[in-house]
Amino acid sequence: MEHIVIIGNGISGVTAARHIRKLSDKKITIISAETDYFFSRTALMYVYMGHMKFEHTQPYENWFWKKNRINLVKGFVEQIKHNTKTLLLSNSEEIQYDKLIIATGSKPNKFGWPGQDLNHVQGLYSKQDLDALEANAPNNKVCKRAVIVGGGLIGIEMAEMLRSRNIPVTFLVRESSFWNGVLPDGESQLINEHILEHHIDLRLETNLVEILADENGKARAVTTDKGDTIDCDIVGLTAGVSPNVNFLKESGIEIGRGVKVNRLLETNIKDIYAIGDCAEQHEAIGNRRPIEAVWYTGRMMGETVAQTICGNPTEYKPGHWFNSAKFLDLEYQTYGWVFSNKGKKEYEQHFHWRHSSEKICVTIAFHKETKKFLGINTFGIRMRHEIFDRWLTENRTIEYVLEYLKDANFDPEFYTQYEKEIVAKFNREFNSNIIPKKKSWKRIFTKTKASV
Amino acid sequence: MMKAIQNIGITIFLVGFGIFAALPFLGNFKLNEKSFDELITSQGIKSELFIENLKSKIVDKDFSGITSLAPIVETAINDANAVHSKNKEWGKKVYAGSDDFATAIRKKSGYGFIPENKGLMWLITFGLGIIGALMFILPQVITLGKKGIKNDHIYHQSSTNKGWIAWLVFIFLVSFYLVLYFKSEYAVNWTYLVDSISQSLSGNLAGHWFVYGFMYCVVMVVMAIRMYIKYRHNMYQMVRTTSVLFFQIVFAFLIPEIMVRLQLSYSKGYDFKNAFPLDYDFFFNWNLKELISSGGLGLFILVWGILLTVVIVPVMVYFFGKRWYCSWVCGCGGLAETLGDPYRQHSSKSLFSWKVERWLIHGVLLFALVMTGFTLYGFFAETGTVLGIKVQSIMNTYSFLIGAIFAGVIGTGFYPIFGNRVWCRFGCPLAAYLGFVQRFKSRFRITTNGGQCISCGNCSTYCEQGIDVRAYAQKGENIVRSSCVGCGVCSAVCPRGVLKLENGPLEGRINPTDVLLGNDVDLMELVNKK
Repeated sequence: MEHIVIIGNGISGVTAARHIRKLSDKKITIISAETDYFFSRTALMYVYMGHMKFEHTQPYENWFWKKNRINLVKGFVEQIKHNTKTLLLSNSEEIQYDKLIIATGSKPNKFGWPGQDLNHVQGLYSKQDLDALEANAPNNKVCKRAVIVGGGLIGIEMAEMLRSRNIPVTFLVRESSFWNGVLPDGESQLINEHILEHHIDLRLETNLVEILADENGKARAVTTDKGDTIDCDIVGLTAGVSPNVNFLKESGIEIGRGVKVNRLLETNIKDIYAIGDCAEQHEAIGNRRPIEAVWYTGRMMGETVAQTICGNPTEYKPGHWFNSAKFLDLEYQTYGWVFSNKGKKEYEQHFHWRHSSEKICVTIAFHKETKKFLGINTFGIRMRHEIFDRWLTENRTIEYVLEYLKDANFDPEFYTQYEKEIVAKFNREFNSNIIPKKKSWKRIFTKTKASV
Repeated sequence: MMKAIQNIGITIFLVGFGIFAALPFLGNFKLNEKSFDELITSQGIKSELFIENLKSKIVDKDFSGITSLAPIVETAINDANAVHSKNKEWGKKVYAGSDDFATAIRKKSGYGFIPENKGLMWLITFGLGIIGALMFILPQVITLGKKGIKNDHIYHQSSTNKGWIAWLVFIFLVSFYLVLYFKSEYAVNWTYLVDSISQSLSGNLAGHWFVYGFMYCVVMVVMAIRMYIKYRHNMYQMVRTTSVLFFQIVFAFLIPEIMVRLQLSYSKGYDFKNAFPLDYDFFFNWNLKELISSGGLGLFILVWGILLTVVIVPVMVYFFGKRWYCSWVCGCGGLAETLGDPYRQHSSKSLFSWKVERWLIHGVLLFALVMTGFTLYGFFAETGTVLGIKVQSIMNTYSFLIGAIFAGVIGTGFYPIFGNRVWCRFGCPLAAYLGFVQRFKSRFRITTNGGQCISCGNCSTYCEQGIDVRAYAQKGENIVRSSCVGCGVCSAVCPRGVLKLENGPLEGRINPTDVLLGNDVDLMELVNKK
């Protein structure tokens, strides 16, 4: 029986394993050094905040793996010997594979800051990071202030976590506005304001210079390029992540920033594949980045590679881009492409609506000339994935999208709806006369059937 | 500042609560001869033996609150009945229950501070409890910060993480229900507190079920205020909370009391929203007789009760899902959604629990239906014995096991340990019935939003019905489970906007998928069409 070995029990590896099991009877082994069982990395924050216990982050009960004959091995792979198709674990155990999937995910970036390896300096990525945070910052008596370096999704999550225990947080962000490398200015500004509302000491355009140690080798303060020294008991390094591929340096597998793969998610070595955060496409797909460190893309690559491994070679051809996040209390969803002011394409034009008092806004990107709808960002309004996916496939115009926007609304029942206001603003700005149509189940459902 | 108000609030609450909890053991009782005679007359007792015996033991004797009168009554009943049986004096046998009789004695015989200062006593129990609770709850408008999901520290706090506070609440709730159902003589002091309220509504002095009804409403109002603050960003929760509150106060509490006051022909009052088989004694022999002999009103209630169960309930479930009843109207649901909200995370999500759930709840439904079959047959055939089984004993078994132990003691008593929907999930026969309709013929579903799920588990954790919501959401699959009561909290706690409760066309409602939206359309087609 063919033995499929997967290194990494995150969403990519586990999705691959589940789909291989659905498609075949192959022997499957997942190796992880992090935890015994798969858990949802994105939910770690809720454990620290007391919304959940760690066990709640595990999507499958413990019996699931045995029942589905997915063999779990706790261990750290030190070496891949592809000549003999052998893995060497750090406990000297050897595992033979017929096909190998590398799904080792990411690790937090460190940019060579002095003091970056001190005690009480950590990222927030792994279960071990969560445990460390619980130990380093149990409350605001032990941890009188935290400094977080890097204004991305993990940074703001970490700030939210620490604030839940009333720990003062200073948030150093390199950009002039939060996440404005990704978000258009209006939205970035909205989040800036929201961060301040949560009593987080947001310092824009501020870089970490050095982390200072106390006599025990623990971080005690940071200095910034603004000349400030900020006392603290913990430093969170959240300046992005990069592929966790160091252990592959000598393996003969081609490495760029991540494991280089082709569209079939194959590496340069036969029978070795890479998926998820650690995989790097030779050439980016469409507007996507060569490395996509996103939950959803990890899952999609898992779904895809399972097909290839089970005898149906399938290229990784993701559909329309989508993503979501939550910034403190603000839910964010995106469908299609809406670029930041820096990354905006020359043909891309934005329409932005923001609620007069609530933290709710919408940005729609469209083609300047053709008016083709390119993408939408929403804050504080939930939208229907299927509808936007369909509209993108059908190359709808922004006028069409606005006219039928009510079909796409996914907010809970009884919520105030803003389509009228949104459309009215568009009509004013673009001298148009769009009248929003009433929501229609018929449109929402019948066309879904046709397009799937 | 806010913290200080909250701490004072807790203290005040605990004082009021402490006095309330101590009341069963306090007070003095002394029954005079006149009251004794009234009691004997009102109970229709003909046994001189019993009367003399009990009189000698009780009349003009002082009893403290802690002494149970029920054993004395019971001995008197047994002694008298033994003699009457021997002498074949069937007409003289005493059929009164010793607990009810003891309760009636106490109600008539209390004296001293408590019954003489009912208003004051109400103030230092209910009054302090309400004020204290509100002082704790209202500052949350400020302490909870910006509106949004407020689940911080639920698993850090003793009260909501099965710590010692939770166990104390558990012990209190269980004891409270045991007193209500089985030792009501100890609830007599509580009845004094609400006598004047009862009189102003129905014209009668309060019994222990009035205490329960009143307390139920008070607790729901106070905890609904907590819900309003906690979920103030979520209009669905606000509207739903208002709805359960309205139906509890108006339909379950006020209308039945006012019906009694108006001295309508159907004299015990009726909760118009309480549908069979949750209202399991609706088709009991004595109730049918009473309905039929109560003229127009009785017949109206009879027809309404049948219509409610046979037509209104399933039709509404078809359009809106069982939520219209379970989390918008029902009293059990109302308490679960207010008092029970802090405990919703304790429902077990394991596959094993789901199996237990299906056996138990459908078992109870079957039990209720079989029992009703027996009672109806007995009613029409005018017999007390069907298939060699005494109908009364089946009714008694159901009332005891399901009506009292399951729905009351376990259903609510176990809130802090097993979550707030133990009864609704494992026991309620009406929920089982609605569940069938919801699963197989309803427009309701929780829509999963394409491929947006990140498997975080908030939805499953906070599902009070123990549904592993995430198991469906992470597959891009809608949730159409029979047990879903549509509380809407999974949708509220979802950080990525994945879940939406909605009523839509039947087509496409059930949509199992393997590859989720967002991936290669050809792959989706290949895998999902299989």
